[in-house]
Amino acid sequence: MLDDSASRAIRRHSAAAYPEECCGAIVGRADGSVRTVTAAWPLTNTSADDRQHRYTIASDEYLMVERRARDEGLALLGFYHSHPDAPAAPSQFDLLHAWPNVDYLIVSVVRAAAADVTCWRLRDDRAGFAREEIQWRPAS
Amino acid sequence: MATRILIPTPLRPYTDGSDTVELEGATIGDLLKALIARHGDLRRHLYSDEGKLRNFVNIYVNDEDIRHLQRESTPVTPKDTVTIVPSVAGGSTLVERDSPELTREEIQRYSRHLIMPEVGVDGQRRLKAARVLCVGAGGLGSPATMYLAAAGVGTLGLVDFDTVDASNLHRQIIYGVPDVGRRKLDASKERLQTINPALNVVTHEVALTSKNALEILRDYDIVVDGTDNFQTRYLVNDACVLLGKPNVYGSIFRFDGQAAVFAMPGGPCYRCLYPEPPPPGLVPSCAEGGVLGVLPGIIGVIQATEAVKLILGAGQPLVGRLLLYDALSMKFRELKLRRDADCPVCGDHPTIKTLIDYDAFCGITPPKPAGTGSSVPEITVEELKAKYDRGEDVYLLDVREPNEYQICRIAGSKLIPLGQVASRVDELDPSRELIVHCKVGGRSAKAVALLQDRGFKNVFNLKGGILEWIDRVDPSQPKY
Repeated sequence: MLDDSASRAIRRHSAAAYPEECCGAIVGRADGSVRTVTAAWPLTNTSADDRQHRYTIASDEYLMVERRARDEGLALLGFYHSHPDAPAAPSQFDLLHAWPNVDYLIVSVVRAAAADVTCWRLRDDRAGFAREEIQWRPAS
Repeated sequence: MATRILIPTPLRPYTDGSDTVELEGATIGDLLKALIARHGDLRRHLYSDEGKLRNFVNIYVNDEDIRHLQRESTPVTPKDTVTIVPSVAGGSTLVERDSPELTREEIQRYSRHLIMPEVGVDGQRRLKAARVLCVGAGGLGSPATMYLAAAGVGTLGLVDFDTVDASNLHRQIIYGVPDVGRRKLDASKERLQTINPALNVVTHEVALTSKNALEILRDYDIVVDGTDNFQTRYLVNDACVLLGKPNVYGSIFRFDGQAAVFAMPGGPCYRCLYPEPPPPGLVPSCAEGGVLGVLPGIIGVIQATEAVKLILGAGQPLVGRLLLYDALSMKFRELKLRRDADCPVCGDHPTIKTLIDYDAFCGITPPKPAGTGSSVPEITVEELKAKYDRGEDVYLLDVREPNEYQICRIAGSKLIPLGQVASRVDELDPSRELIVHCKVGGRSAKAVALLQDRGFKNVFNLKGGILEWIDRVDPSQPKY
């Protein structure tokens, strides 16, 4: 489940970062196989490479996210990033760098406007991603 | 006594949900082995199939990255806290795009690459998927593109609109004698595809301008700057910064060369090094000042090396460093370069957000339309010949350099290089009609203006210089 406010925050961040990739963390509640994203926290893309095609979340920001999630009683559910002018499907590079047990939301940004949003989870054998269903939850 | 290891969220399902594991070991390597022994599922996420710690796994001892300590041999004590920090990274397809497989022939061809861990099959596939644009198919472009083609770069774009001239051959090794007069891109494409038939060559037979640069550069991953003039160099730099493409720069003059990688995120660009172009005419081009034929071989191959390293992600790129090469003393030097926070294009508050008029920026005015004439009085080579034919006592001043004078000259001329004209003006007779020439007419026009200032009333510039004289009057002499 993706809360409307989190979804909007992700799309806004993706459009603002265009033509660079943006990245951030998604947090919320995990209840068995149903995970509910209640907030998206924008992070800095610190990739030393071409930031139009690459993102990296620095170690200190990662640790900050874990601390903040713990302090606020939220679960770190995964990460989002954008694919400027590219489809919202994981690349080989995404697969190579993927961590298990977290969700990867990918936002396709076409000419500065966020288009598709998809969600992916690394398979346990690291051989690929499994696509996860997203349900949008309107703001209450 | 055990050392505490903090486990990040994604890995906690493998440690029964706990965020801390306590284990004994003398080094990081020991601790990780013990961790995997206890929680076997962690292995494939922390280590690659080859048994190496994955590069996106960061291990901290207290607050130090073990890469800055002794890596896996870093000693630990029970007082230390070890933290596993996931480097969360990814991105859309850059050079792997569809990550083409290598064919059987390619595996054979690139076997000396494939056995090096820094390249390997993955790196060779990245080279195959990569798109590199070389601006200029001349001295630097020749060796750069030949090596990039040989190394297995999949797509090479070339920008040039020139034809091959005999005077190119001493340094532009991609061309041979049969290519003289051919279009450079035709000859280049043919030669590059002989080196590597699998190579995709994209030709852009245009002058790179502010209007077309972004369009052309956009399709490539890396740009190699093999240009020979300041306008295009600033244009390539700015376009690379605006598009976020690495600019692999090289330049050559006489015995000296420079190379650097510009426009990498956080690194400097060409404008951080040279905020302003030199005044026009101050720095001679290779056509005017000459260049050692093998020099572009060294610099162009350094550019190719940097491009390959960027594609592979191997080693330390030439970012933040300007490499200077002096062929006469056979020395390399390195200068530190920093990104200028006030740089108008790559600084914190850029003022240049679109491409500008680079001719105006470099102080170069477009050629005057025909008929408006030149600012100094001129005489044509035919008029000069007529004077000789009439038996006039022609008073002719040659303002070229002595080594140019040795190649060809107009009989009876007096040689005073342009730089000495001002101090040797009293060797000239202001009462006589004086005709001044150089190679093509630029330096002699300056000499005419200078002599007019010194009171010479009857002084003329030979239009087109000695090259025009040889073309139209005396073809027996060699051109250079």
